Amino acid sequence: MSAVAASVTAPPALELDDLSVAFRVRGRWRRVLRGVSLTIAPGESYGLVGESGCGKSTTALAVMRYLPRNGRVTGGSIHVAGADLLAMSEREVLRYRSRSVSMVYQNPGAALNPSLRVGEQVAEAFEVAGASRQEALERAREMLARVQIADAARVMRRYPHQLSGGMQQRALIAMALASDPALLVLDEPTTGLDATVEAEVLDLIAGLRAELGTSILFISHNLAVVRRMCERVGVLYAGRLVEEGRANELFHDPRHPYTVGLLRCLPRGGVSKGERPLDTIPGLLPELGAELPGCVFADRCGLVRDVCRQEEPPLYPVARGRTSRCHFWQEAHELPFTAETRTAPSARTGRGGPVLAVADASKTFRQEGQDVHALAGVSLAVGPGETLGLVGESGSGKTTLARVLLGLTAPDQGTIVELDGQVLGGTLGERGTEEVRALQIVFQNPDSALNRRFSARRILARALTKLVGLEGRRRSERVLELARSVRFDERLLGARPVQLSGGLKQRVAIARAFAGDPRVVVCDEPTSALDVSVQAAILNLLVELQGKQGVSYLFISHDLGVVRYLADRIAVLYLGRVMEVGDAATVFAAPHHPYTEALVSAVPAFEGEGRPRIRLEGEIPSAAEPPSGCVFHTRCPRKLGEICEREEPPLAEVEPGHLLRCHIPLEELRLVQATPPPNQPRSP
Amino acid sequence: MSTVDEIAPIVVHDSARASRRERLRLVLRSRTFLVGAVIVGFWVFCALFGPAVVPDDPYADDILNRLQPPSSEHWFGTDRLGRDVFSRVIVGARDILIVATLATVLGTLLGTALGLVTGYFRGLTDEAIMRVVDAFLAIPIVVIGLLALTALGPSRVTVVLVIGIVFTPIIARTVRAAVLSERELEYVEAARLRNEHAPYVLFGEILPNVLGPVLVEFTVRLGYAIFAIATLSFLGFGIQPPAPDWGLQIFEHYGLLGAGDWWPTLFPALAIATLVVGVNLIADGLTQAFER
Repeated sequence: MSAVAASVTAPPALELDDLSVAFRVRGRWRRVLRGVSLTIAPGESYGLVGESGCGKSTTALAVMRYLPRNGRVTGGSIHVAGADLLAMSEREVLRYRSRSVSMVYQNPGAALNPSLRVGEQVAEAFEVAGASRQEALERAREMLARVQIADAARVMRRYPHQLSGGMQQRALIAMALASDPALLVLDEPTTGLDATVEAEVLDLIAGLRAELGTSILFISHNLAVVRRMCERVGVLYAGRLVEEGRANELFHDPRHPYTVGLLRCLPRGGVSKGERPLDTIPGLLPELGAELPGCVFADRCGLVRDVCRQEEPPLYPVARGRTSRCHFWQEAHELPFTAETRTAPSARTGRGGPVLAVADASKTFRQEGQDVHALAGVSLAVGPGETLGLVGESGSGKTTLARVLLGLTAPDQGTIVELDGQVLGGTLGERGTEEVRALQIVFQNPDSALNRRFSARRILARALTKLVGLEGRRRSERVLELARSVRFDERLLGARPVQLSGGLKQRVAIARAFAGDPRVVVCDEPTSALDVSVQAAILNLLVELQGKQGVSYLFISHDLGVVRYLADRIAVLYLGRVMEVGDAATVFAAPHHPYTEALVSAVPAFEGEGRPRIRLEGEIPSAAEPPSGCVFHTRCPRKLGEICEREEPPLAEVEPGHLLRCHIPLEELRLVQATPPPNQPRSP
Repeated sequence: MSTVDEIAPIVVHDSARASRRERLRLVLRSRTFLVGAVIVGFWVFCALFGPAVVPDDPYADDILNRLQPPSSEHWFGTDRLGRDVFSRVIVGARDILIVATLATVLGTLLGTALGLVTGYFRGLTDEAIMRVVDAFLAIPIVVIGLLALTALGPSRVTVVLVIGIVFTPIIARTVRAAVLSERELEYVEAARLRNEHAPYVLFGEILPNVLGPVLVEFTVRLGYAIFAIATLSFLGFGIQPPAPDWGLQIFEHYGLLGAGDWWPTLFPALAIATLVVGVNLIADGLTQAFER
C-alpha cells in the first residue's frame, strides 16, 4: 500500500501522544481523556469507536483545537502532519484549520448556514484556503461534481434547506476537502442518514480517499460502518484507548472484554428474538472524571479479578500492530454471556383474527398548494402477540401510518382502521377510552416524549388515572409494579427525566405505554437515540413484555438488524405504498422486491465481505408528484421496461403469506437476485 | 440480568433541587441582576415602610415654606404647597409599585391564557386573535390608555384594568411563540393518547414548561408598566391628586422649571428612572439565566 511507503518519509498525519483532556464541571476539573496515544499514517483511515461519553468527540475537538472554554489539554501532545498543535499561536491555529485539517459533523443541517446559498458556502471554503472569488466559485463547482452531485451548478444556487440530508452532507464533504487537508476528521458523518443514503456517502468517502490519499479520523458508534471504512480501529472507553488493531482482525477476534461485549450487543447475523436475548454490558459508565486506580472497565467486566481493580493494565502487545489494555487479553473472548438462552420461546400466539387491521389507509397533506400523498392505500394487519416491522427510507410514510392508526392524524375518507374487528374512529376524539388505551406508542426520543417538569412517578400515575381510572393506594401499587416490569429501579421514581440516562428514560416511556394494558404498541424507532448496549437491554425488555402480556408491536426502525431481530413479519413501505409484506426471514432473503433488495444490501455487513451493494439512483421522489406506473421505477435497478412506467403492479400474494408489488414474476426474481443486477459496479 | 444494565449519560446526575439551585446560582452570580435587585429592593422597602420612616407628613401643606430649595431640613426641598419632596418621593413608591404590579399580573394572567390557547389550537381562532393583536400593537400603549381612561374616568382600578388589558396581547404573543415549539414535542401527543382534555394539556402539561419565558416577560412588562403609569399620571389620567405619585408631581411642577425651581421635578423623575432601570436590569439577568 502506498500509505506505508509514504510513511517512511512523511510524518504521520496525526500523532496523539499520551493526550489528556479535562473539563471543568461544577467547579471541579474532570478527566475526560486519559493518556490517549494513537498514530494515523499518511493516507490511512483510522476509526475511533465507543459509546456516548467515552471521549470520541472530545478527541475530535482537541484535534481541531475547538475544545470549549471549560475544557483544556492537561497533558501529552498533538502533532498533525508533523506540526505541534499545542504550541501554535491563535493566528497559526486559524491558518492550520484553513489548510491542514477539516471536520465533517454529524448533523449537516446545522453545519450549513441556512441563509447562504450552498455555492457561496462551498466557495468560501476555497477562498479561505487562498483562492480568488472567481476561482473559488469555479473550483467549488468542480468539487461538488467530484462529490457526485449531479448538476452542481444548479445545486450551488440552492439554499441548504432545499437539499436532502445526503446532499447537504456531500456539500459539507466538498467544503472539508477544499483545503486539501492532511487530515479529515469525520464525526458520525452518516448517523442521521437513511441506510441507502448512508451507503452512498460512505462509498463516496471511500472513493475520494482512494483518489486524494487524505488521511481520515473516522468517529462512529456504528461498528459495522467503521469496519467497512477503516484500516485500523481504536476502541475508547472512559477516555482510555482500551484496544487497537487492524479493523478486520479486531472485529473478528476482539481482545478486550469491552470490545467483546459491544460486539455481542448487536443484533446481527440474522439472529431473531426467538433464539436468544441480546447480550448487554451490565453496569454504568464511570462518572465523568472519576478516579480509577485500576482498569477503567473493571466495574463492568465479567472477567474481573482483584488485580484489575488495583493495577492499571499496560498496553499489552497482542499481535503485530495490535494492543489491548487488559490483564487477561488471552481470555477476553471467554467473557461470560449475560443473557442465557431464551426460556420462553417466541411469544407469538395462535394466528386467529388480527388485533389491528387497516384497510386502504390514505393520507393527503396539503402543502404549498400541492397535494402530498403521504399514504396511498395501505392495507396491513397485526396478529395477536405479533411484531410487525415497518421499514423504508424517510418519507416512505412509516410514521404517518403509525399516527393514523393511533388516531393522532385524521386519515382521508375511505380509510378503515379496525381493532378486534370493530371499526375505530379516525381521530382520538371519536374513540372511547377502551379504544384509546388499546393503542399506545413508544416514541423515538424519550427527552421530548416525557414532560421534563414531572417525575417518573407522576408520569406513570397520571397515565394510570386517565387510562385505568386508578387512584390512591391502588394507583401507587400499580406504579411500583409498572416500574418493576420495565426494570426501572423504584428508588428513581421521584427523579425527573433530566436526571435519568437515555435508557432509563425510555423505560419510563415504555412503562407509560403499558399502563393501560394495551393490545398494540407502536414502537417508533425506540432505540435509535440510544447506545448499542442500552439498545440491547431495551430490545430484550420489549421482547420480555411481549412474552408476558401477549401485546402486539408495530415496530418502526431504519436499523434492519434490529427489525430482523424483533419482527415476526415485515412490511416494506415506499412512497406511502406497501411494496412487500411477509415473514421476516422471507422478506430478508431473496427472492424479494428490488427495493427490499437494495435496502438490505445497503446495510454495512459485519461478517465477511457481504453481498454486492445494489445502488439506488437518485433520491426518493416527491410524494406530491409520484412517478407513473410503479412508483419505484425511477430508481429500480431491475426495471423491466415500459410496463413499469405505465402500469402500477398490484400487491399480489406470490407465496402463502408473502405479498409483492412488482411486475417481475417471483421465479424470475429468484433467478436474477442470485446475481448482481446489470450495469451495477460491485461495491469496493 | 442486573437491575441497571445500561450506561449512564455523560451528564453527572444531580437532583432536581440541585438543578434549580444551579439556575438560582446563575441568576445570583449575574451582576446585572444583583444591581437591579438592590435598586428595586430599595423602592419596595420604601413602598412597605415609607410612611413610617419619612421625616414629614407627605400630605401636610405648609404654604409659608413653599418651594424651598434642598436644605438640611428638607433634603429634596419643598413643593408648591410646601410639602416635603423627599417624603413624597419615598412614599410615592407605594402607589406606582402596587398599581404597576397589579396591572402586570393581570396582563400576564390574561396574556398567558390567551397565548396558550392560540398557540395550541392554531387555526382560524389563532389567525383572528393574532390579527387583532397586530392591530393593537400598532398603536402606542399610552394612546390606547389615554382613550380608555378618558372613556372610563381615571382611578387606580381603571389604570390597572387598562394597562393590564393593553399588555395582554403583547404577552400572549410571547407565550404563543413558546407554546408553538412546545406543542410539537411528543409529550403533548402522549397526553392526547391518554384522553386528556385540552385544558389539562394546556395548563397541566404545557404551562409548566413555558414558565421561564412567562417570568421574563412579566419582569420586562413591569418596567413598561411603571413607565406607562408615570406617563399617564403626568398627563393627568392616572393617579389623582393629592396622592404623592411621581408622575403627578412632575406634572404639577414642570411649569416651574423655567423659574429655576428644579427640585420638585428632578427628584420624582430620578425615582421613576431608577425604578425602571432596576426592573429592566432584573429582567436582563433573568433572561440570561433562562437562555443558557
